[in-house]
Amino acid sequence: MDEIRATAGRLNIDLSSVDLDSIRLPSGEDFGVVSDDEDLKEDDPLEFEAGFGNIIVVDNLPVVPKEKFEKLEGVIRKIYSQIGVIKEDGLWMPVDPETQKTLGYCFIEYNTPQEAELAKEKTNGYKLDRSHIFAVSMFDDIEKFMKVPDEWAPPETKPYTPGENLQKWLTDEKARDQFVIRAGSDTEVLWNDARQSKPELVYKRSFWTESFVQWSPLGTYLATVHRQGAQVWGGATTFNRLTRYAHPQVKLIDFSPGEKFLVTYSSHEPSNPRDTHRVVINIFDVRTGKVMRDFKGSADEFAIGGTGGVSGVSWPVFKWSGGKDDKYFARIGKNVISVYETETFTLIDKKSIKVENVMDFCWSPTDPILALYAPELGGGNQPARVSLLQIPSKEELRQKNLFSVSDCKMYWQSNGDYLAVKVDRYTKTKKSTYTGFELFRIKGRDIPNEVLELENKNDKIISFAWEPKGHRFAVIHGDSPRPDVSFYSMRSGTNTGRVSKLTTIKGKQANALYWSPAGRFIILAGLKGFNGQLEFYNVEELETMATAEHFMATDVEWDPTGRYVVTSVTSVHEMENGFNVWSFNGKLLYRIMKDHFFQFLWRPRPPSLLSPEKEEEIAKNLKKYSKKYEAEDQDVSLQLSEQDREKRKMLKEEWDRWVSEWKRLHEEQKLERQTLRDGEASDEEEEYEAKEVEVEELLDVSEEVISFD
Amino acid sequence: MRPILMKGHERPLTFLKYNREGDLLFSCAKDHTPTVWFADNGERLGTYRGHNGAVWSCDASRDSTRLITGSADQTAKLWDVQTGTQLYTFNFDSPARSVDFAVGDKLAVITTDPFMGLTSAIHIKRIARDHSDQTSESVVILKGPQGRINRAVWGPLNKTIISAGEDAIVRIWDSETGKLLKESDKEDGHKKPITSLSKSNDCSHFLTGSLDKSAKLWDSRTLTLIKTYVTERPVNAVAMSPLLDHVCADRELN
Repeated sequence: MDEIRATAGRLNIDLSSVDLDSIRLPSGEDFGVVSDDEDLKEDDPLEFEAGFGNIIVVDNLPVVPKEKFEKLEGVIRKIYSQIGVIKEDGLWMPVDPETQKTLGYCFIEYNTPQEAELAKEKTNGYKLDRSHIFAVSMFDDIEKFMKVPDEWAPPETKPYTPGENLQKWLTDEKARDQFVIRAGSDTEVLWNDARQSKPELVYKRSFWTESFVQWSPLGTYLATVHRQGAQVWGGATTFNRLTRYAHPQVKLIDFSPGEKFLVTYSSHEPSNPRDTHRVVINIFDVRTGKVMRDFKGSADEFAIGGTGGVSGVSWPVFKWSGGKDDKYFARIGKNVISVYETETFTLIDKKSIKVENVMDFCWSPTDPILALYAPELGGGNQPARVSLLQIPSKEELRQKNLFSVSDCKMYWQSNGDYLAVKVDRYTKTKKSTYTGFELFRIKGRDIPNEVLELENKNDKIISFAWEPKGHRFAVIHGDSPRPDVSFYSMRSGTNTGRVSKLTTIKGKQANALYWSPAGRFIILAGLKGFNGQLEFYNVEELETMATAEHFMATDVEWDPTGRYVVTSVTSVHEMENGFNVWSFNGKLLYRIMKDHFFQFLWRPRPPSLLSPEKEEEIAKNLKKYSKKYEAEDQDVSLQLSEQDREKRKMLKEEWDRWVSEWKRLHEEQKLERQTLRDGEASDEEEEYEAKEVEVEELLDVSEEVISFD
Repeated sequence: MRPILMKGHERPLTFLKYNREGDLLFSCAKDHTPTVWFADNGERLGTYRGHNGAVWSCDASRDSTRLITGSADQTAKLWDVQTGTQLYTFNFDSPARSVDFAVGDKLAVITTDPFMGLTSAIHIKRIARDHSDQTSESVVILKGPQGRINRAVWGPLNKTIISAGEDAIVRIWDSETGKLLKESDKEDGHKKPITSLSKSNDCSHFLTGSLDKSAKLWDSRTLTLIKTYVTERPVNAVAMSPLLDHVCADRELN
């Protein structure tokens, strides 16, 4: 304000006669005064270039005399109007004042920098005629080019600053695992410290994500999802932002198994309500943030297939082949499977694989093999079939025709050793279905196949799960409110080629199976209707280790090592939100309550670096190793109890201090209290005697005359 | 410890108070009639009839001859404990809630709820030895807290009044001048309405229970927060063991 006064004084203007409120700035000018709205824009990660970002310079134009001006201008305008809307008076061809001819270049101004960029990309190198090829640059770049020195100087080598070791969390001395939880508006990453029976905070942040968080498959990154796109954060304890991926209105994300690529998906409302939604899928390189490929289309194109009565776009649309190489990814289309490879991000052999009537597909978790299912076609002319396809050769390794099929679901075992196909078949009357399993041994010669039917064929299959890294699987089946659970092995006794039943446990309150990631142990969980019944079962010994309950539990998650299990109640329920941490054999270690609990996710671990031989050696010498850890455990618990004792002692001393202070004050004020009570003596409880006093109350006196006779 | 079930009230109970000697138990309920029971065997001695609204709290004098009750019918009443007769009625413009005798029983503090535009208030009344001399004049009226005051009690030596209520702040007032002396700190204090307050035997410390799922122990003279007890559910009532070792917090069940 002082500046204004000083300036007014200089110009001899009487400020009081100036109506400051009626001043209107020329449009577009702000005289350098930052308006209140501007700092909002500063936080916006999508930056708009200020200044001349929407102007391009087109060079190598023909030099024409005055007469041809309009014609040339018209041609230029026609070309560039197709790309975007040229601003009013946005096309300027400067003229040499001496020769009255054009200088051979022109400026074009668009309304947005995006249009300008697009114009530059599309027209750079455009052949107007044989001797005039457009050279298009952004106006802002010209300044940069002008600064290029005439002498070439070798570029400075920047000193190498090593990035943070993103795998550091794996080297935790106490071998703890991390997990992320989302409750309310906070997202926290914590260590599971079972020894101390409580989690230890690693990193906490409010409003870290706008919708959900997700770990990358090997645990290196934590991804958060926002309105403008996704971001990944990493590190053992620091969780710095590593990369951003712009994808407006992204809804879902998926990492490739080797963490090289990130797939993001969004679905947009069509402008015409009768059209289907528009789907945009981007595939980014995780480390650089560069878009490797994008896919755009209507939701119909991406909603093909799906079994089990599921329709619509099911995520993930692109399924990755197994293993850390991230070599192939595929999606299902109408009668085709499109398999892409990640060298060039194009279809292998430049075309999709034709599979007539294909409904579902899935990759082996370890090898580049696709399992495909196509239902019956043509009213019985072509039966339903399951086939296994080798990529990239497209050789059909195995195929099986199935008859009277109503539906099919495929389950791979985690090592890619076995494939189970659950087949629902119509009975002869077609009124009901019964289920059987087609079991394929992938590693066997010619991929042998076996059919398994339950003892009671009509039992409904409620759940099926392979033992991770093992040769067993579990099935929950039955129609009663307490179904049965059966365990099978792909080996039987000495014969490793035939499936056999291990046992059936009857009448369990279970509707979901959760194997430990290391195998051997399983939790039979009764979620939803069973309100959180948990049975911890040892499949090696075929016996129950413990039964427990987590009332209203909605999710069960094993930690990546298989030592601990977490059951949680998410905000689907109003009350009891929070999670419980159990040991693998069913002992409750601790529980944390958190209102508005949304997510619990363990941080995944990359596969062990030990060879199978080394693992066997460790298992054999377990006693030797465990001695060392037991000693450590002892030390820690002793130390803890010492600490606890100290703390308790301190608290007790503090309390005693308060009590003695109160007693002292009470004594001091005794006299005052007596006066308040008009001299009534002491107030100690003990100072009264209880005397039993008999009080005779005369109720009534009446005379009655009794006659003697 | 054998529980004795004492049935007698037709509607939910609101307050319980033992007399100083511990042989009588006074109970207040929403059914308008406070009742007195023998504490050792649970035998009901009698009821005090006269209120027209829910009785929120009561207090007995040191010699157990007088009972004061606060009720939603906008009155607080003084009763003869033994005979059950109404000795005096204090009239207010809004429902009365918490009542407490001072040391010496010469004064009593009564709180009233916010009602029809009136804010909640704390009234200090003189209690005459002979009830025929009783007047309804207030020594001092304290105003200020927002929302309902759930409990107001005398501090040590009757110098102060301690109040707690819906605005989650514990206040200490000077009982003679009516000035606000201390307020509990927003940081350590309760975050949700305080539902109950209970003094220790010697008035040196007191316990507050709140809907924010915690109970807090405070020093009466300095209003220092000594301890916080965290529970999983909102707390509805608190009581302190006379031996100073244990506190009891009643939690809300769903």
